[in-house]
Amino acid sequence: MKISYYPGCTLKTKAKNLDRAAIASLEALGVEVEEIDRWNCCGAVYSLTADDLIHMVGPVRNLIRAKEQGADKLVTLCSMCYNTLARANQLMREDTVKRDTINRFMDDEIDYAGEVEVVHYLSFLEQEIGWEKLKEAVKAPLSDLKVGTYYGCTLQRPADVGIEPFGSYLLMTGMLEALGATVVPFAAADKCCGSYQVLGAEPVENSAAAAVINIAGGAGIEALATSCPLCEYNLGKQQKQLLAKEKIGAPVPTYYFTQLLALALGLEAEVCHFELNDAASLELLKSKNCLAAA
Amino acid sequence: MCDTTKTPKVATGDRAILPEGARTIPIFVMGKKYEVPETLTIMKAMEFAGFRFLRGAGCRGGICGACPTVYRMAGDYKLHFGLACQTVVEANMYLAQIPFFPANRASFKLEEMEGVAETIHALYPELFRCVACNLCTKACPMDVDVLGYVSAMKQGNIEKAARISFDCIQCGLCASRCMGEIPQYHAAQLARRIFARYIQPQAEHLKNRVMEIEGGKYDPMLDELSGMKKEDLEARYVAREREPDLAAAGTWQPKDTSHL
Repeated sequence: MKISYYPGCTLKTKAKNLDRAAIASLEALGVEVEEIDRWNCCGAVYSLTADDLIHMVGPVRNLIRAKEQGADKLVTLCSMCYNTLARANQLMREDTVKRDTINRFMDDEIDYAGEVEVVHYLSFLEQEIGWEKLKEAVKAPLSDLKVGTYYGCTLQRPADVGIEPFGSYLLMTGMLEALGATVVPFAAADKCCGSYQVLGAEPVENSAAAAVINIAGGAGIEALATSCPLCEYNLGKQQKQLLAKEKIGAPVPTYYFTQLLALALGLEAEVCHFELNDAASLELLKSKNCLAAA
Repeated sequence: MCDTTKTPKVATGDRAILPEGARTIPIFVMGKKYEVPETLTIMKAMEFAGFRFLRGAGCRGGICGACPTVYRMAGDYKLHFGLACQTVVEANMYLAQIPFFPANRASFKLEEMEGVAETIHALYPELFRCVACNLCTKACPMDVDVLGYVSAMKQGNIEKAARISFDCIQCGLCASRCMGEIPQYHAAQLARRIFARYIQPQAEHLKNRVMEIEGGKYDPMLDELSGMKKEDLEARYVAREREPDLAAAGTWQPKDTSHL
C-alpha cells in the first residue's frame, strides 16, 4: 500500500521526532509513504475571519499538489496541519462562491473542488491497518506504561472535521491499547495546552500547560501522548521550568504517539529522536523497559 | 512618437539599427507610445526610441539582474515580467523598468554562524509571513520556483532552497510582488552561502590548492616575475610553454614541471 503524505514545516524542523517515527512505523507496517512534491506551509492556523480567503490559498495549494500528483487521500499527522488542511478542504467542497474566487485567484493551478480527502494518521491506522493487525505487529508491548491520550484542541474541533466526536478518544486509545499500554482517562485530554500564548509571556506563567500536567499526574498517568508539536512544546519542553517554579507537582513525560508506536513495533530508538523530547522522557522509557527492543 | 522613417539605417554609436525593410510595432514606455522595430529586445527598443541607460542595464546577457521589466499587454489583466535585455518586444506592450526594488538584506558573518535553518529564520523572520500566494514565482523572469525555495527554507531544507534558487539573478521582482514583504532573493542567497560553506562536501583538490596558495607556494614565483625588467618579462611571456589548442584533456604536460 502506498500513501501520499503531507508532513508540514515543523515536522521537518523542531518536531522531526514526530515525523521520523511516523514514517518508520508505517514502513514497518508495510505502507509506502510518499511525501507530496512541492508542498508549502499548511497555513499553520485556520483563519476564522469570514472574508480572509488569502489564508486559504496556502492549504488549498497543498491539496492541489496532492490532486495533481494523483492522490485521492492525503495523510497528515500534525494536529494543526490536519485541522487547517481539513477545514480548507471543507470550504472548497461546500462554499461554491469562495471556491470559485480561490480557483480564479490561483489561475496558475488546476481547479480544485475538494477532490482529495484529508486523513489524519490515526484515522489511517484504524481504517487501513486496524487495531487487530497492529497488535499482531507489536514486537515490544508497552505493558507497564500508563498513558494519557492528550488530544488538545484541534483533533476533535470543529465536529465536522474532527477525527472523532468531541469527548471520545477512541482512536488514540485503540492504538495505544493495541501497543499493550494501559490507557488512563483524565479530565484534561481536550483542554488547551496554552497554544501560542507562551510566546508573549514567561513560560512559567502558562498555567494552562501546568493544569493539564497536574490533572494527568493526579490521574496516575505516567506518560502523555500527543500528535501536536505545539502541545509537545508547551507540555513537554517546558516541564523543567514549570517544575522549578512549582507550577506542577511532578513531571509527566510527553511523547508523540508515533514515538510510542515505533518503539512498540520494535524499531530502533534512533528513529524516535528522543533527543528532541524533554530529558525525563527517555528515563521513563528506560525504567519501564520500553527501550528493550532497541 | 519616434519617427522611424528618418532614423539612420546605419550603426551610430550605441544606437540600435533599424534593418532594411523591418516592420515597426507600437510599444508604450511609461505610458508614451513609440514605434520600434519588432526584432529588438525591450532594452534595444527603448534605446532605439531614444532612452539611454545610465543604470538599469548591466551585462546585456540575461544574467546580471539589472534590467527587470514589468509589462502588460493591452487589454489583458495579467502582469508579465521579463529581462529587458532578453525579452523581444511585442505590439502594444506597456512597459516599466524596475531596475531596483528596496528589500532589506540582513548582515551576517558567514564564518561565525551555524549552518542550520534557524540561522536563516532568525535573520529573515519575514519568511513566516508567506501565505503561499505564489505571486513571487509568477514574477520571476528566470522561472525560479520562488515559493518552492521559501517553503524549503521554512521546512529547514537549506540544500533544497539552494538548489531551487540556483538560477536567481537577484533582480528583486519577487520581492516587488510579495504581500508578506519578504526579501526572498536575499534569503535565498544566504541559503546558498550556508549550503556551500557548511553543507555541501568540500572538494579535496580545491581545499588542497587553497592551502598551497595560502602556504606561500606561489609567492616566490610571483616575486620573481614582478621583480623582472619589462623586456625580460615580455621575452619570458613570448617564450612560454603553451598547451596546444584542442589537446585532449590530460595528454599534455609542460617540460618544466617545477611550477606545478
